[in-house]
Amino acid sequence: MRFYDLLFLAFSTLIRYPLRTLMLLIATSIGVMAVILLTAVGEGARDYITGEFKDMGTNLLIVLPGKNETTGGGSPVDLAGVAPRDLTVEDAISLRQIEAINRIAPIVVGETPAQFNGLERSVPIIGTTPSFLAVRQWEMESGNFLPGVTLDRSPPVCVIGKEVESELFGKNNALGQWLRVGDRRCRVTGIIGTEGRAIGIDVQKIVVMPVSLATALFNRPSLFRIIAEARNSWEMDHIKKEIIRIIKKRHQGKEDITVIRQDAVMKSFDNIFNVLTMALGSIASISLFVAGILIMNVMLVAVSQRQSEIGLLKAIGAKNKQINYLFITEAIILSGSGAILGLILGHTTTQVLKLAFPTFNFLPPLWASFVSLIVALLSGIIFGLLPARRASKLDPVIALSGNK
Amino acid sequence: MIHLENLCRYFEVGNQIVRALDEIDLEINQNEYVSIMGVSGSGKSTLLNILGLLDTPTSGNYVLSGVSTSKMNDDEMAHIRSTKIGFIFQSFHLIPRLTAAENVEMPMVLSGLNLKERKEKVDNALARVSLTDRSDHRPEQLSGGQRQRVAIARSIVMEPDVLLADEPTGNLDSTSSKEIIKLIEELNKGGLTLLVVTHDIEMGSRSNRLIELLDGKIVKDKKN
Repeated sequence: MRFYDLLFLAFSTLIRYPLRTLMLLIATSIGVMAVILLTAVGEGARDYITGEFKDMGTNLLIVLPGKNETTGGGSPVDLAGVAPRDLTVEDAISLRQIEAINRIAPIVVGETPAQFNGLERSVPIIGTTPSFLAVRQWEMESGNFLPGVTLDRSPPVCVIGKEVESELFGKNNALGQWLRVGDRRCRVTGIIGTEGRAIGIDVQKIVVMPVSLATALFNRPSLFRIIAEARNSWEMDHIKKEIIRIIKKRHQGKEDITVIRQDAVMKSFDNIFNVLTMALGSIASISLFVAGILIMNVMLVAVSQRQSEIGLLKAIGAKNKQINYLFITEAIILSGSGAILGLILGHTTTQVLKLAFPTFNFLPPLWASFVSLIVALLSGIIFGLLPARRASKLDPVIALSGNK
Repeated sequence: MIHLENLCRYFEVGNQIVRALDEIDLEINQNEYVSIMGVSGSGKSTLLNILGLLDTPTSGNYVLSGVSTSKMNDDEMAHIRSTKIGFIFQSFHLIPRLTAAENVEMPMVLSGLNLKERKEKVDNALARVSLTDRSDHRPEQLSGGQRQRVAIARSIVMEPDVLLADEPTGNLDSTSSKEIIKLIEELNKGGLTLLVVTHDIEMGSRSNRLIELLDGKIVKDKKN
């Protein structure tokens, strides 16, 4: 039997039973669509998280107070449960001796009321240095960021997010105005143009001021963290060791800080989300096997219904393997067409979801399309084997008399 | 042409052995027109199935065109069915989703003949059964007699040596029956060996030879 005859016979059968064919196509396409959608969600989450890290800048090291690992109980101080020493502005200043560091941005975080002209709202405060602008790759909409003064000086200036500007200043020009923040006053020198989030805070809602002014405002010398930007990525390990060495020396020989490499965290998240995406894809693939079982069941029924036809084909010279090929071809066409339909539906749905949720990037990975197509086809072949074998092994005499 | 020697076909039904064919010896020559008659359960259809290689005997020897079929495997028997034997069934056995031409074409599809050759043979076969104008009709659009003529066209399209017909007029009215009988007799006159299982006494009387079976044995074998 020629290949085009095989296809013609298989297609003519599928067209002959449109409802059954449609149901099987839907079953397979739902399986493939599930793979596409779930992997798109996983990949989108990965893209979102890694994007957040990328937004922080590149070649960054983050210094946090406290040690993130268990150490042996040693000194009485440890046993007493005393908190680690705070990170201070002086600690940040001391890191300037590391030549491989390009920029340092100490950060203080807090929240306090801000007032202008009788209007008041509670605003998140970030106390930092001018380097923060470059480290976070922010852009100014108007005016200037913080002035380049020494870390321990606290000129009364601040920059504000766009929402703070619109809520407190309305149509007035905020630049050059005095804003009351807590019990301090600062002159607004710039409006931040960047949107999005920083340290979990909406950038449009924040007020940024010099770090020393923020420590004075909150009457708290401790830093939330220090961000250090390396000149080159290959110097990151060296810088990490130097930071630990210098701070340890400043903290009476106690290693009470944690230094995180931004790229390492990003890589970890990347790996986690890759595994998550694959796990989601695998779970969704189960539905493809369910669809395969459905195809098998329906085709087993079809073998019974088409006994007479199978008997006739044998009577007019069909070999067992030809009957086999005929049924397997039907199963492959069903699963393959269902997979293609599922791919179309899956990718269309992700586009619709992208429009509905523009902040989340639904990204169906290319491998998911290939894998779901292959799994659907394999499922069709595997689950088509049993009905095909049953059809080919039918006794022609019984088959011919079966549906008389 | 057909040589049966001590041929038996037994079936096990529960604990009993049913002797559907019992020690049949038979010789059928080329171009003979043989009617096989007998009451229900006498073994007519079993004999036809074995002659058509749809069933295998329990014992004995069946030689077709000088070749013993005893040790043939499934594929070899399928090849013989495809090239040397044509079947006509009482219930036509047309594939409903295919047109008349496609049904006639089916044996050639299975044999892997090319499209051009198939088209020519289909046209000839349909012309022989006077159904050229119905080639695009599906079975449901044809009358009983026309369906049987399509089935006859399908049975002769591979130019077999022998045509086996199982009650070919059983589902037809008298007018259609006469047409079909006339048609298959013409095929026999054209050189085809014809074996017909029938209950139709008239058809039996028109054949060259009448074989009657009873309880799996040949009880009458006479030339008309």
